Parts: sequence; structure tokens; C-alpha cells
Amino acid sequence: MTTHPIDEHVHELGMPAFDQRIADAVARSVELGGDKQTTLKAKDLKTDQEVRWCPGCGDYVILNAVQSFLPSLGIAREDMVIVSGIGCSSRFPYYMNTYGMHSIHGRAPAIATGLAASRPDLSVWVVTGDGDALSIGGNHLIHTLRRNVNLTILLFNNRIYGLTKGQYSPTSELGKVTKSTPMGSLDHPFNPVSLALGADATFVGRAMDSDRKGLTDVLRQAAEHQGTALVEIYQNCNIFNDGAFELLKDPLTGTQWSIPLVHGEKIVFGPDGASCVVADGWGGLRVAETNQVDEAQIVVHDAHREDPAYAFALSRLSHQDLRYTPMGVFRSVAKPTYDAMMTDQLEDARSGQPADLDRLLHGSDTWTVEA
Amino acid sequence: MTGTTSETTPQTQASAPGGLVKDVVTLDRVVIRLAGDSGDGMQLTGNRFTDETASLGNDVATLPNFPAEIRAPTGTLPGVSSFQLHFADHDIMTPGDAPDVLVAMNPAALKANLADLPGGGLLIVDSDEFTARNLAKVGYAENPLEDGSLDGWQLVAVPLTSMTTDALTDSGLGKKEAERSKNMFTLGLLSWMYHRPTEGTIRFLERQFKRKPEIAAANIAAFRAGFNYGETTEAFAVSYEIKPAPMAPGTYRNISGNQALAYGLVAAGVRSGLPVFLGAYPITPASDVLHELSKHKAFGVRTYQAEDEIAGIGAALGASFGGALGVTTTSGPGVALKSETVGLAVMTELPLVIVDVQRGGPSTGLPTKTEQSDLLQAMFGRNGEAPVPVVAPRSPADCFDAAIEAARIALTYRTPVFLLSDGYLANGAEPWSVPDTGSLPDLRVEFATEPNGTDAAGDPVFLPYLRDAETLARPWAVPGTKGLQHRIGGLEKADGTGNISYDPANHDHMTRIRQAKVDGIAASLPPTEVDDPDGDAKVLVIGWGSTYGPIGAACRRIRRSGRSIAQVHLRHVNPLPADLGEIIRSYDRVVCPEMNLGQLSLLLRAEYLVDVHSHTQVRGLPFRAAELAAVLQDVIDSTGPEVPS
Repeated sequence: MTTHPIDEHVHELGMPAFDQRIADAVARSVELGGDKQTTLKAKDLKTDQEVRWCPGCGDYVILNAVQSFLPSLGIAREDMVIVSGIGCSSRFPYYMNTYGMHSIHGRAPAIATGLAASRPDLSVWVVTGDGDALSIGGNHLIHTLRRNVNLTILLFNNRIYGLTKGQYSPTSELGKVTKSTPMGSLDHPFNPVSLALGADATFVGRAMDSDRKGLTDVLRQAAEHQGTALVEIYQNCNIFNDGAFELLKDPLTGTQWSIPLVHGEKIVFGPDGASCVVADGWGGLRVAETNQVDEAQIVVHDAHREDPAYAFALSRLSHQDLRYTPMGVFRSVAKPTYDAMMTDQLEDARSGQPADLDRLLHGSDTWTVEA
Repeated sequence: MTGTTSETTPQTQASAPGGLVKDVVTLDRVVIRLAGDSGDGMQLTGNRFTDETASLGNDVATLPNFPAEIRAPTGTLPGVSSFQLHFADHDIMTPGDAPDVLVAMNPAALKANLADLPGGGLLIVDSDEFTARNLAKVGYAENPLEDGSLDGWQLVAVPLTSMTTDALTDSGLGKKEAERSKNMFTLGLLSWMYHRPTEGTIRFLERQFKRKPEIAAANIAAFRAGFNYGETTEAFAVSYEIKPAPMAPGTYRNISGNQALAYGLVAAGVRSGLPVFLGAYPITPASDVLHELSKHKAFGVRTYQAEDEIAGIGAALGASFGGALGVTTTSGPGVALKSETVGLAVMTELPLVIVDVQRGGPSTGLPTKTEQSDLLQAMFGRNGEAPVPVVAPRSPADCFDAAIEAARIALTYRTPVFLLSDGYLANGAEPWSVPDTGSLPDLRVEFATEPNGTDAAGDPVFLPYLRDAETLARPWAVPGTKGLQHRIGGLEKADGTGNISYDPANHDHMTRIRQAKVDGIAASLPPTEVDDPDGDAKVLVIGWGSTYGPIGAACRRIRRSGRSIAQVHLRHVNPLPADLGEIIRSYDRVVCPEMNLGQLSLLLRAEYLVDVHSHTQVRGLPFRAAELAAVLQDVIDSTGPEVPS
């Protein structure tokens, strides 16, 4: 076999040809531009592009939270990739000074899967919305979750189609009156957390756009999770669905109706801890008055529980009108990731018979015609 | 034993194999069709006979033909599966118009295939299967083996099933299980008839049933029994010899189109130094490319069986963004689903190879049959002005080179490329001269590693849409590369910066430059080969894809009849070669045979304003050379007198 120049180079390094050229390009850029910078400030993540969401949109708050929080992960910005679909939220990559792709409606998880599976060295994020992830892209979302590819998915849920100017979405409450449903919508909404848990997602969390502390906390755990992490972020669309989450944001009603989840702690909520979560005797959970139950009956939140049924039961506590909405991390369990298993298979294959193109092309049955 | 299509007189000589005096007849070519029930293993039998034949040095071309149903009801017409192979002592181009020999494993196989067997042809049937019940299933009122209706053929009725079970009485297998080896008995008989080597098949069976040695032993026993039966029976008085075909020096192997295509992609990975990432969803007849590539992880090939066609191409594009050679494989309906992502690849200008193994359409169409009707879908099946290069292989082995060429264009020009194979190429097989890997094209491309421009303040910046002056390709900066962070996507890009732009003049400019980039690929193509041996042809026949064999064979017939004809076969359908217009203008008439309703003809007419004579057929099968020759002859004769060469 005539040795290809690439092969010679690869043999010298003792590395497989297929990843080496990418590694070389990265190394060359560091040689030219200085070491990778892992101590970033929020401003390092801003681009020169004017942010074009409507004034007052919840997306601004989330963008600020993400830009403030990401530097704490210690990842160089060139090692981060944000892939989005189509919709208001999917403009997100343009405002982040990382690598990014603003792709096709619903397809971001598929595109990000190909990238994450072939480049386990990167931190890959998906930014999507309720229409993008749950309607046109529902199939990709559930399959990404079951595969457990190493991705962090931020699902901005505003319960409305914003970019197409106000039609109901797959998370809109039943009976929603919109431009396309003047007499009220007829379809029952998805609960994104329930859906993700049904797909056996290894990490599922929920946060509010305006709750910087809570959002940052869930984002951090999601980013540190190995595998697919889904974070549902309630996001206000002040143009087409203003006040959609007011029940949970209002200091008074918010305390009453949101259920903060803290791993290892009893699930108690409401003014003065008046409410709590207990087993319902049928394998599910229910809300109870704290002073009506034994303290031992109150459920201690365990996000690491292997069986997703518990987290699913938590997700079913909430109603369409947002009463009894758990916020925080529902589930966080360790399972092998798709990309790591794929890498392992490649290494296993390589450790057997070394790849030899000549041998492959010849196969086992050849014959020779002499000159 | 000459069928109507045989072209030379057989030479007979006496010999004495196995103690019996039997004649050996030398033939120059034979076309055999094996037909049976979907569960009878006809494809396996055909493939084994092909491998034996190729290793003997004959030229071979094959045509597998099977139903879309995995197991249609046993013994029925829809369940008939067949495998035709043509082998010769000379260079052949097609699997043959009609068989010289038909092997029918049951009444359904006889009924479905008899019309194709020319009068006088050899007909071998499994007489055990001609039961009242099986005959009734396909509407035979009388047993054709007994009613004289087959008198026009050389009928040899052999109890293949019972002889197989007899041979396996000591195997320990039940009757039903033993019967399943009847295809190997048949293969043994044919191997004797045509002097095929048997070691390869024995080795194959040992390998195939490594974990079930009793099954391997039974199949080998049945295979040997069939061979010995041929040698000793009086039913076959002659055997046949087909001498090796003179072929260019080299090392050869037998290869199918899908396998060659997969090898081409592996080779493209090696020659580019890039990891290959295949995102695919199973679909007939493309799935074998996924199966084959999944075996080659040692070459860094990652295969990803996605949840649907859209995810398959999406993942491939995502991998390309990360620095891989992204590939997706599918067939026509899958292309329809992938169209939006092809558009995104056009816009983001990333390398991507889209393999479309075409089948009969529209909609689900004829999943296991061949057609060339996705050309216009590949050309235009997207919203907006979204030009995509189109490359087509011409024969099963040529799928290897075509795959490398598709990868070359994708990598050099940073563009999605369609590779249009078809069902006939995918499953058909032929001998392949294994190339010297060092002589394969060098596909290396440079990733961007440093800023390539300056901003208003004079600081260095990376401009993701600053183009190479020659190829118009944009730089490929992979994530992880420091200082080159950038965002790409489906919205229109500002020239240079790649930022979102709704500027009218910019959109007009970018639309034209994307088109110019694809058009510019023509400058990298070698001069078009015109096969015009007489030099005085007035008629030019132009084809693309798998029609190469039938068109070539038809041209040979035309030339043998003393007429002249020129042939051009296109590797590149988009862009068309730069010299094609001039070539077309130098002939009086242009004929374009296609397995669609005239899609290339439409393109040629639009591009060159030439009155192309379109000849089309969509039967799910390749053209027959004889029919095509008649069409070409008509065109030549109507084009005016010519001087016989």
C-alpha cells in the first residue's frame, strides 16, 4: 500500500486519522491565538449583533442569565456550540459569542446529536421553544432524550406561537382563544416535563425566566449532567400571551401555587409551609395540608431515583392553569451517554484488526489477471 | 442450448467426467435466471453462483429482482423472487435481455418467468413442487410438466426437493429443515453444469453457519449432492464451459453497487483524513449501505440509525459542522423528507453527501425495483434557488469512484452533493479491478485556523463567508477552533460576515454566488469522453446512471450492423460538463434513453436548445439492449443516409 501523507502523520502521533485533523486545526488555532481562555466574563459571550426580540420579552432575561452563568462552567467559548431550530427563542445563537447554528424548525436536536456524537469534546446546547420542540420537532426531542446524547436542551415555553404572531401552541391550555382558534382551542396540551420523563430522560428540570437564582441553579445542574438534560423555562411573551405565568410569578400567589423541589428535602410549600406532597396510595402523589398529615408521610425529594415514575408523578401534580407547579430538578440520574458508547465502539473496533483500506477493498475472494 | 440471444455457435467436445461419457460444450456467454419463492433463497443462490463465476475469470453482470414483501404467501405469483446473471468469455455490459436457462423452483416461478424464456431454452424445474395444490394457487388447470404445453422448450423436470431430503437423511435435520437446502442442491447442479469452482461456496457456507455446524454440514452435503447428481444423471448429457474473459491485468473481486458505494465512502474518509459520519434511516434499496458502513468503525466511520429521514440528514449536517464528512443515505421518498435540510446545507455551505438509491415512484412506488426518476427532485426539489451538484455512477463497481467524486465535490466546494445510484446498481454485481489505494484522489482540505479579515476598527476577525477566489468555497472552521466562533443558519447571510441580512442587493448577490459556485464545478471536470469509434456518426446517444450498460450494449449491436453511433455517458448531471454543448452540436441528432419520462432530456433541451429525442421506459427493470438498439437504429435510419463503415 502506498502510504498516504495523512497516514504517515497519523502514525507518528499514534492517533487515529479521523479525529487527528480536527485536533490539529484546534491546536494550530491555539498556537496562533494563545491558550484557550476558560475564565470568561458575561461580556465575552456577547456578540456584535443587535438583539432583536420584542422589548420586554422574557428571552432577554434568559439570555442575560445564561451569559452570566456560563463563565462559571470554565469552558472556553470556542468549545461551546448552540444549535437552535426556528422561532423567537431560536434566534438565541446569534447573540452568543460561541459556535452556533440556527437551523430548521424542529430539527435542532437531530443536528446537535450528530455534532455531539462525533465531537464529545464540545459542550453542545440546544435552544428551542414549545412549538419547535413539541410540535414540529416532537419526534426528534423524544428520541434524543431516550438516547441520552450529551446535550443540554433549553426549552423556552411561552405557551404560544410568537414568531408567526399568536396561534396556540402544543402547551396552550385547552380552550385558548387565539387568532387560529377564535372559539377556543380543542387540543389537550402537553406537559413538557411529563413528556420528557415518559421518554425516560435522565435529567429534567423546570425554571422561571424571571427567577435568576432558580434558573441559574437548574442550568448549572443541567450543564454538569452527563447525557441529555432538558430544562423547561417558563418564558413570558409580552406581546401574544402576556402574563401567562403570572400566577407563579406574583409574590402572593406564586408562593401558594409553586412547589420548589430541593433534592434531599421534604416537599413542603405554600405560605408558612402549609402544603406538602404525600403519596396518594395508588402509586402517585398528591398535595396535602401539612398539618393534616404525619411528618413522616411527607415525601422527601429524590431526584436520583432510578424509576422515572416518581418524577412523573411529581410532574402530574400541576394543572393546566399552573396551580401546584413543581419548579427545580425533577430527575437527575446517571446513565451511559450515547456519544461515549459510540466512542467506545470505535475504540473497540480499532483495537482489533487495524484499519487497512487495501485489505478492505480486496476482501476475501480475489483473483488476479496476469499481464 | 443456444437461446435466441446467443451469438456464436457452440463447440462440442467429448469428455468423461465421473466415468460417464458426457459432452462438454464451449459457450461464449450464458444468461441464467433462477426463480423461486421469496423463501427459497434464490438471491443467496444467485450471489453464490456469481461469486463462483467471477472468481473463474468470466465477466459477469447480475439482475436481482424480488418483491417488496418479505414473505408473500408461499407459492403465489407475488411471492416470486428471481436472480438473473449473465456471464461470458468477453466483456459484457448487461445482465442479458432474456435468459438462456430458467430454473423454476415452483409453478409460480414458472408462470411468472416462462414468457421471458425464448423458445428452445433450457428449463429446469423442481417437479416435487408441481402438486395439485401449488398448481391451483397460480391457476394452472393442468400440470404443465405433463400436458405438453412446455414442448417448445428443453424441459428437464428434476425432483430437487426430494433428492435434497434424501441426501440429508443422516443429517439429523427434520424434513422441513432439510428441504430448505434445496437451493444449495440446485447450486451444486448448476456448478457442475457450468464447471464452476466449488471451494468458495463451501468456505462461504462454513463461514455463514459458523455457529450452526449441523446446518453448514447439511448445506454443504446438499451442494455436493447436487453436483454429483449432475455428474451421474442421464438427465443432463452435456455440461458447459465458458472460458475466462480477457481482462486488463490486475486484481479483481466481485462487488455489488451498494457495497462499492460504501467502500467509496470509507475510502473518501481515508483520503480526506476526516471521520465519516453516516446519518440514515432504513429504506429499500439503500439500507445495505448503512449495514456495510456500520462494519467499518475501525476506519473512524460513525453510523447513526436515526428516528427518521430528517434526523438522519440533520445529524449528518451537524457532524459536518463539527468537521466530519457527513453522509446520508436514502431512496426517493426519503429525499422528499430531507429536502429542507438539503436547503440548509446549501445555505450554510457545509460538505454533505446525499446518497439516493433510486427506486420506482412516485410515493412508495416500487420499493425493490429500479428507476431514474429522482433526477429532477435532486436538481430542483427544494424551496428557493438551491443549486446542488448531482453525480451518478454508471455500473455497480463504478459506485466506488462516483462516491469518491461526490465527496471530492462536497469537500472542495463546501456543498451538499447528490449521488444518484439506483436499485439495479445497488443490488447488481460485477467484477471490479481493485484500485491501488495510493492512486485514489487526494481529498484533503484545510480547516480554517486563524482570522481571515479585519473589522472596522482594524482588528482581526473571522469572516465565515469570505470565499476562495477559485472555488468560491467558504472557509470551514470547526468548533473548538479558537477565535473563529461564528454563527451559521438558514437565514440569508451577509456576504463575508455571514450575519443575518435582509438587504435586497445582498440577497441577489448571494443567490447568484451560490449558483456560480456550483456552476464553477464544471471547470474541475475532465473533458467529456465521446465513444465514437468510427468517427462519422451522425447520431449521439446520451445517458446517465445505470443505463450505461444497456446503452453501451445497444451501441455495439448498432456498430456490428455496420452503422455508426456515438455515445456519451454523463458522470455529472449538475453542473453539466463545459464541453457538452459543443459535443451535442457536432451531431445531427441526440437520443436520450432514460428510465423515467424524460428528465435529462428536459434538462438538455433547456440548457442547449437542442431537439433531444427522448426514449423512456419505467418498467422497474433495466432497458433491454435489443429493444434499445432497435430504437437507436430507427433514429439513425431516419436521420439520413450514411456511408457504411
